[in-house]
Amino acid sequence: MSVPNVGVLGVGQTPYVNRRTDVTFPELVREGAQLALADAGVTIDDVDAVVFPLAPDALTGTGNGERWCIEALGAAGKPFMRVNNGGATGMSAIIAAWTHVASGEFDVVLVAGAERVSESGSAQSVLNKMWDVGYERPIPLNTITMLALSAVRYMHLHGSDETDMARVTVKNRRHAALNPLAHLRDEVTIEDVLASRTLAWPIKLGDACPSSTGAAGAVLVSERYARANGLDPAWIRGVGQNTETFWMGDRVGPKALQDHGDADALATAFKRAYGQAGLTDPTTQIDVAEIYAPFSSVELHVIEAAGLCGLGESPTRLAKGEFALGAPGPVVNPSGGVLCSNPIAVTGVARLAEATLQVQGRAGAHQVPGARTAVASAIGGDHQFYSTLVLSSDLEDIA
Amino acid sequence: MSTTTPTTPAGPKFYEQTWDLSYKHALGETTSRFLGALTEGKILGRRCPVCERVIVPARSFCDRDHCATTDWVEVGTTGVIEMFTVVYEPFKNLPAPPYALAYATLEGADTALVGYVRGLDLSDQKTAVAALAVGTPVVVKFSDSPTGTAADYWFEPAAGAN
Repeated sequence: MSVPNVGVLGVGQTPYVNRRTDVTFPELVREGAQLALADAGVTIDDVDAVVFPLAPDALTGTGNGERWCIEALGAAGKPFMRVNNGGATGMSAIIAAWTHVASGEFDVVLVAGAERVSESGSAQSVLNKMWDVGYERPIPLNTITMLALSAVRYMHLHGSDETDMARVTVKNRRHAALNPLAHLRDEVTIEDVLASRTLAWPIKLGDACPSSTGAAGAVLVSERYARANGLDPAWIRGVGQNTETFWMGDRVGPKALQDHGDADALATAFKRAYGQAGLTDPTTQIDVAEIYAPFSSVELHVIEAAGLCGLGESPTRLAKGEFALGAPGPVVNPSGGVLCSNPIAVTGVARLAEATLQVQGRAGAHQVPGARTAVASAIGGDHQFYSTLVLSSDLEDIA
Repeated sequence: MSTTTPTTPAGPKFYEQTWDLSYKHALGETTSRFLGALTEGKILGRRCPVCERVIVPARSFCDRDHCATTDWVEVGTTGVIEMFTVVYEPFKNLPAPPYALAYATLEGADTALVGYVRGLDLSDQKTAVAALAVGTPVVVKFSDSPTGTAADYWFEPAAGAN
């Protein structure tokens, strides 16, 4: 079955910062919408439908914040949908918009949203509430401990150590220093990361993303609309999604099908997107990977799930300097990635935005020279909800 | 009508709010029976009739086969650590650090159970991490004054471990 082509006509991002006191939440959402519309060269009147990414309500302290943001999104009088898939929220919203367009129902769909999780000091307490009320809630699990557990598992399976994690941070911070929108832009050394305080071993402060405030948006269009208006968007060539079971304890033990230390279910999501895109060899056909990894340890197994190297190989490949700007082969998170900016609700939108800028040669100082094909991914829940996208600069076969 | 420029001083104002929400979650028959068994020093699982996994903590259906589990199985109170972490950072409304958490697969179980790990000194990170390595044998301990919650059990390194 051939899937209709959907274009990314424009993307927008504000700088990612600790706090914005000059605007309300809807005003910040509007910034994401305005930046995306301006980049696309269309107005709100051209938009047929709006998709709004908004993560768990308690993170921003708004009950059903989509209600508050309708005007900011210009959505009154238009079909509207809120999407929440945890950390994958932004990319799930993009995929919902993609589906809107691919169905033939809409020609121009706006995705825009914002995050200001830093207005609450209770994020990890809120995130603790996603575990089973009877069995797991009394244990103080949160997104940091759940990924510390995964990191320990990865170290056990593949013999890696904390220095391997630190190398991811060093690379991404070097990239973020070139990205004026990134939140953490100071370069660090392996020693800095290793000396930073432990949050939940092996995750240290230097291995962790910031709580970012900011907005992002994108305008998706049908091929029909692009051709009728002589437009030259980036193209979504493949979309992949996959879902993992809830119980982390089922991902270990004698009969586990997938290991909590690896990202097997994400690997399936990548394969689905690659299959749709006709991408057969990610190691040579992908120029840029903007992958969701809020902790350094996560990037190790996402690089592998994306097929950019074999299982357990990413630490040695990173130690050789691969996946960094300037190195041959795919560059991973040239923007600095989620490790340097994590505006939760729109983090997945930012991955699409960065991938789009890269394949269009518009990424500025963190541009990967000659990039034509990019992959983007996001993860939500306790490593449960996986979204992947393949982007390219044109509709030629990916080779 | 005339245009005016506000003369009040600029500068951000804030609205502070605390969400004080309360819930009483019904835990259902299966979880309730698991929690009840903790007061007898037992860890219970449920067996799936299709894949035959013994699922711990006990669940009424198998996620893999999407069928009802059929048998109650009492699993052992010894097992091995599959993954762990030691938390040194305070998080608002979560317990004061340091504390150790682990998933352990108990004797006779096919899936791992999460719990605190107690009975070891966490003040030195290096020693604590070494004492919790994947594969370390643990025993389940039960509270003398049960609360009817999953906090009624925890793990401790087995005697002679490390």
